[in-house]
Amino acid sequence: MNRKLLSALICAALIAHVSATAGAATKVSDGVVKIGVLTDMSGAYSDLAGPGSLVAVQMAVADFIAREKPDFKIEVISADHQNKGDIAAIKAREWIDTEKVDVIVDLVTTSTALAVMKVAKEKNRITIVSGAASTLITNEQCTDTNVHWTYDTYALAAGTGKAVVKQGGKTWFFLTADYAFGKSLEKDTTDVVLEEGGKVLGHVLHPFPAQDFSSFLLQAQASGAQVIGLANAGNDTINAIKQAAEFGITPKQKLAGLLMFISDVHSLGLKATQGMYLTTGFYWDWNNETRAWSKRFFEKTKRMPTMVHAGDYSGVYHYLKAIKASGTDDTTVVMAKMKATPINDFFAKNGKIRVDGRMVHDMYLAQVKKPEESKYPWDYYHIRQVIPADQAFLPLSKSTCPLVKK
Amino acid sequence: MTGMFGVSIQGLSGQLLVGLLNGSFYAILSLGLAIIFGLLNIINFAHGAQYMMGAFLAWIGMTYLGVNYWWALLLSPLLVGSFGMLLERGMLKRLYKLDHLYGLLLTFGLALIIEGLFRYRFGISGESYPVTEQLAGGRNLGFMFLPKYRVWVVVASLAVCFGTWYVIERTKLGSYLRAGTENPALLQAFGINVPLMITLTYGYGVALAAFAGVLAAPIFNVNPVMGSNLIITVFAVVVVGGMGSIMGSIVTGLGLGLIEGIVKSGMIANLLSATFDSVPVAGSIVYPIKLLFSPEASAVTVFVIMAIVLLVRPAGLFGRER
Repeated sequence: MNRKLLSALICAALIAHVSATAGAATKVSDGVVKIGVLTDMSGAYSDLAGPGSLVAVQMAVADFIAREKPDFKIEVISADHQNKGDIAAIKAREWIDTEKVDVIVDLVTTSTALAVMKVAKEKNRITIVSGAASTLITNEQCTDTNVHWTYDTYALAAGTGKAVVKQGGKTWFFLTADYAFGKSLEKDTTDVVLEEGGKVLGHVLHPFPAQDFSSFLLQAQASGAQVIGLANAGNDTINAIKQAAEFGITPKQKLAGLLMFISDVHSLGLKATQGMYLTTGFYWDWNNETRAWSKRFFEKTKRMPTMVHAGDYSGVYHYLKAIKASGTDDTTVVMAKMKATPINDFFAKNGKIRVDGRMVHDMYLAQVKKPEESKYPWDYYHIRQVIPADQAFLPLSKSTCPLVKK
Repeated sequence: MTGMFGVSIQGLSGQLLVGLLNGSFYAILSLGLAIIFGLLNIINFAHGAQYMMGAFLAWIGMTYLGVNYWWALLLSPLLVGSFGMLLERGMLKRLYKLDHLYGLLLTFGLALIIEGLFRYRFGISGESYPVTEQLAGGRNLGFMFLPKYRVWVVVASLAVCFGTWYVIERTKLGSYLRAGTENPALLQAFGINVPLMITLTYGYGVALAAFAGVLAAPIFNVNPVMGSNLIITVFAVVVVGGMGSIMGSIVTGLGLGLIEGIVKSGMIANLLSATFDSVPVAGSIVYPIKLLFSPEASAVTVFVIMAIVLLVRPAGLFGRER
């Protein structure tokens, strides 16, 4: 009940308009390219996506207008999907039918992403998923109008899972958030662990979201596994890590945060997270380009961007460039152009969109620094390995997406 | 040691202890709600937000002013309690003659505003409050590692709960309070300043929430929605215990914490499987019940119990029909 009221207020407050001068050359339906940022504005994931995603998209639009001088208008609107598939689908339908939205971006949970992808496919509009993680998005449930931009559970498992097994963590127990994303992450990590010669001793599902993890952690402790895999995200991961230390589980058993964002590390602090491995699609302090963009983002939000934010910018910019290059905002043409053009920006080098909608790019295996190694604010990660694009994501040969011809 | 329905005795002891720890949180929060409802007839939906404020004040005090945990435990409830008294004087006072629903809506709105402001300022991921050094670490009991801090939480909250119960049920001041719930007009005629008493009582109820918030700060991540995640469960506890019943809320809080612990251990689901799965028809009839009592549904357990209790005893376990 409270979420609905709240989101209505937030929607009203956050609808933002960015526009440019009108022209005639590019054929744009309804005279404007409308970008809908559908995200978690108030819930568990509103720091890793949320208002920051809206800022990132607005930055992309502003930069695009300044650099490319397009002859069409661009507008950005946003809404809170409250991490619920039904609400997300209703909003998407309303946006497409009455607001004439051309592209819907962000979509933080797998449930919302799958629901909106289905609506967008039916109405022939583009979705660019940056927040959600499940590999379902580019496999069983793939659509030809969707791009999965930033990361997925396979990439997380391949990065973190492999690294932890190689460090000697052979036996695993999973603490899994009880919904599509958690289960997908657990499954993908299990595959990697088994492939690398490890063993999975068991798992426990916890309600999403949860506060108290002590019961679940005790079960993980009793399993005697060397590694406790946290197949959850956001505040669930934060609370699980905090309470694992309290019950003396760490450092005897290792925690593997299978999906951790820089916002989680920031909240927990380095003392609680030092030494943990995590896989990320973006780190602000990686090179001059990432630093420059991230500092601009920081000035607007007072937080460093997560990979979801950076992915939103990159995806929207690429979409707008495709419209300009193809001279129309027709979904099929634009999507073909997006897939034909490699992505080269601060987020991805030689990134490319595959037929299943997966945008493949390098991923990074990071290790959280010790408190004494951190020299300045947000100096949190050692990048231990760059995972090349062709190894980071599920190979097309193994894809179960019907669009992939075998 | 041999297993019992897939859960070892060590495992079960650990789960019961953890259940007791959570139960003491439920107890102290539902106690505050019960007191407020008993005297003011207000369903204080802002209780979760006030609990969150308690935790955040402790964090703000430590981060910006260097206030240590023990001072926070004292100051934070005082400050949040005073804030509560202002609310009572400025807003709630006007609603006493109206239906319960108005108080509920007002406090609900306040909770949304307070949480929204904190979310705007601090973000959803929240902040980390470290365990104070005197209570860090723990002891290995053989069947589990028991953090010292959790023991402290149980001791502190039970002491506050039973202290409050004693004051209300066994002292002269408490007799005024109880008289106030029965017949405020008559009590006023005896020369007692009832409006002041009501203000102080609301302040105390809110201070209890803030106290629980400070206790929770080192365990849970301090974030703006920590209260709203908990408050619905606590309301269920109050309903099961009987709205307004002091002892009812304490005992029910602890009891439901224990039951939740057992459900999270998976024992009930395993027990039902072991008993009924081999029986053809019973197996499928019991299946939905098994789902309701599986670890992943532990968030629902309290509500299932609430529904059962309401069917059998509409006034709650310890409540009286009015």
